[in-house]
Amino acid sequence: MKTLINLFLVFARIGGFTFGGGYAMLPMMQKELVEKKKWVSNDDLLDYFAIGQCTPGVIAVNTATFVGYKTKGLLGALSATLGVITPSIIIIGCIAAFISNFQDLEIVQHAFGGIRAAVVALILSAVLKVSKKSIIDIFTVIVFLAVTLLSVFTDLSPVIFVIAAAVCGIIIKLRKEKTSLKEKEGDR
Amino acid sequence: MTALLLLYGEMFIRFFLVGLFAIGGGLATLPFLVDMGEVTGWFTQLDISNMVAISESTPGPLGINMATYIGFQISSNYGALAGILGAIIAPLGVITPSVIIIIIVSKILNRFKDSKYVQYAFYGLRAASFGLIVSALLSVAKIAFIGTESGFSLESINWLCLVLSVIIFTVTMKFKKVHPILLIVFAAVMGIIFKM
Repeated sequence: MKTLINLFLVFARIGGFTFGGGYAMLPMMQKELVEKKKWVSNDDLLDYFAIGQCTPGVIAVNTATFVGYKTKGLLGALSATLGVITPSIIIIGCIAAFISNFQDLEIVQHAFGGIRAAVVALILSAVLKVSKKSIIDIFTVIVFLAVTLLSVFTDLSPVIFVIAAAVCGIIIKLRKEKTSLKEKEGDR
Repeated sequence: MTALLLLYGEMFIRFFLVGLFAIGGGLATLPFLVDMGEVTGWFTQLDISNMVAISESTPGPLGINMATYIGFQISSNYGALAGILGAIIAPLGVITPSVIIIIIVSKILNRFKDSKYVQYAFYGLRAASFGLIVSALLSVAKIAFIGTESGFSLESINWLCLVLSVIIFTVTMKFKKVHPILLIVFAAVMGIIFKM
């Protein structure tokens, strides 16, 4: 029960302080889930993000369900997911009910100018942390560069990149296996 | 009363379908919402652009924020309480397919996580995931430092934002214990003080 409440609260905190959606959650998730609670590893987070991209739905919700399920099964998945959406419901509900031109308020716009600057810095430092585990050899460097450039300069769906990278990963590793087997046979 | 219940039911199903078919998160829900507005007449194009602006200026996942906002708008004709309930039902509709699908995927992954094929797939997948995050970083950086216009010139750079960003990045590198929430609040205050 305690873990369930914890899951809800941690994800509510993540949902309540992520601006810019999806990937902007990475720094918060790293801090809360990897460093503080140690529920998952940086590797896990990258996997969840990738799978969250190719499965339907909101990435943040998909990731919350993954982490909750891994930590505490079905109930964990529900607690984490409800946690991540609760702040949205409260905040948006209040704005929709009481403030008709929230986004045009000068103070909101200025605050957001600052928040955007923070989000860039936070994602950058989160990215540096995960890079050590995901970019390990020449193949991963090529995949990383290709995906980055293609998603910046084309309108192709991320689903294509993720599936292509997974298939390439399997092919490259299997070929490596074959050549190392051959080398071993050659030694004999 | 029956009309309201029917509205809730239709809303849940329509948002369930958005959650089921929007792949790629956040803004991927947008075309589906445009379509929903046209089919049901619940909201107009102008409402949608309003809603995107609000969703982007509040914390939380974009898709959820938009669903909450629409849920409230549609059902608040029946009173504020009905509106609040609508603001809960719409996002629940969006997340239901996600939760079901991710739990199935988790179960499959748990069963096959020791398979070498799955591990090899993840070897490629992680690099792609990293690339997607970096490209998201680049687009956030562009909006923060240059703005939404497509042109680029030295004058269009928001130096104040850039400096604040560098300061915050340095803090995250030097003091690993500082919580991101603190830095976000700090940045919001700076933004207000210096009119960023």
